[in-house]
Amino acid sequence: MVSKEEIDAALCERHTKEVHTILSAGKVAIAGLGGLGSTIAIALARAGVGHLHLIDFDKVDISNLNRQQYRLKDIGRNKTECLKEIIQDINPYLTIKTDTVRVTEDNIQELFEQEDIICEAFDRPEAKSMLVDGFFTYFGQTKKLVSGSGMAGYASSNLIQTRKINDHFYLAGDMTNGLEKGMSLMAPRVGICAGHQANMIIRLLLGETEV
Amino acid sequence: MNITVNGEEKVCEEGISLEMWVLQNGYDKKKIAVERNGNIVPKAEYENCLLGPADKLEVVTFVGGG
Repeated sequence: MVSKEEIDAALCERHTKEVHTILSAGKVAIAGLGGLGSTIAIALARAGVGHLHLIDFDKVDISNLNRQQYRLKDIGRNKTECLKEIIQDINPYLTIKTDTVRVTEDNIQELFEQEDIICEAFDRPEAKSMLVDGFFTYFGQTKKLVSGSGMAGYASSNLIQTRKINDHFYLAGDMTNGLEKGMSLMAPRVGICAGHQANMIIRLLLGETEV
Repeated sequence: MNITVNGEEKVCEEGISLEMWVLQNGYDKKKIAVERNGNIVPKAEYENCLLGPADKLEVVTFVGGG
């Protein structure tokens, strides 16, 4: 078993001690553990973000495997538990909190109380809109929200961008290519959007507030 | 009066509520977030949010996928 000290030393060597210290103290909630959320969570875990709160009500389905970070053996199990397991195989010394619940207007305030940054990674536009609304009702002056919209199909990678909507709200994606257009989601473009969101979260943790 | 919507000048009825403006302009309230002059307006406030001259709106329309 690799020790915590060995992993910390490796991350310090890669990222510098200053960066590692800040990221280790980072607290991020990820709402929705599909193609975006599972990829974002693993990227943040690899980067050494110390406290991850994983939230999803759903179980892994065979149709998820085209883009989500789960494995055949995970089918039928809660996404929260599977993702925690995958992350612990990468770094067992992170604090991983899970909630296997559906996010609603009624539980937003309680669910996201502890984290400084909230990552919206839902698939339905109604759920995305609901979380943004709840965020600005309860946390709009204190926390940061990093959301995603528009990553379906195989249109140009370069259409996907990160926008700063205001000081508390960042939005990644191409803004237009959604499931409504009859396109399906594929691993590469979902991964690009997830990378945008994960990098914006790292930037915010490190004090960079521009996109 | 004129307001700015996503960077474009638009004519708008003076004193109209954001609730009514969203409806009249064909947006689905359940799939959007509206920023007015730099602040996101919670949906519970749409009815009481009256638009005024030179207001700047940014309407984010979410699309499916994640």
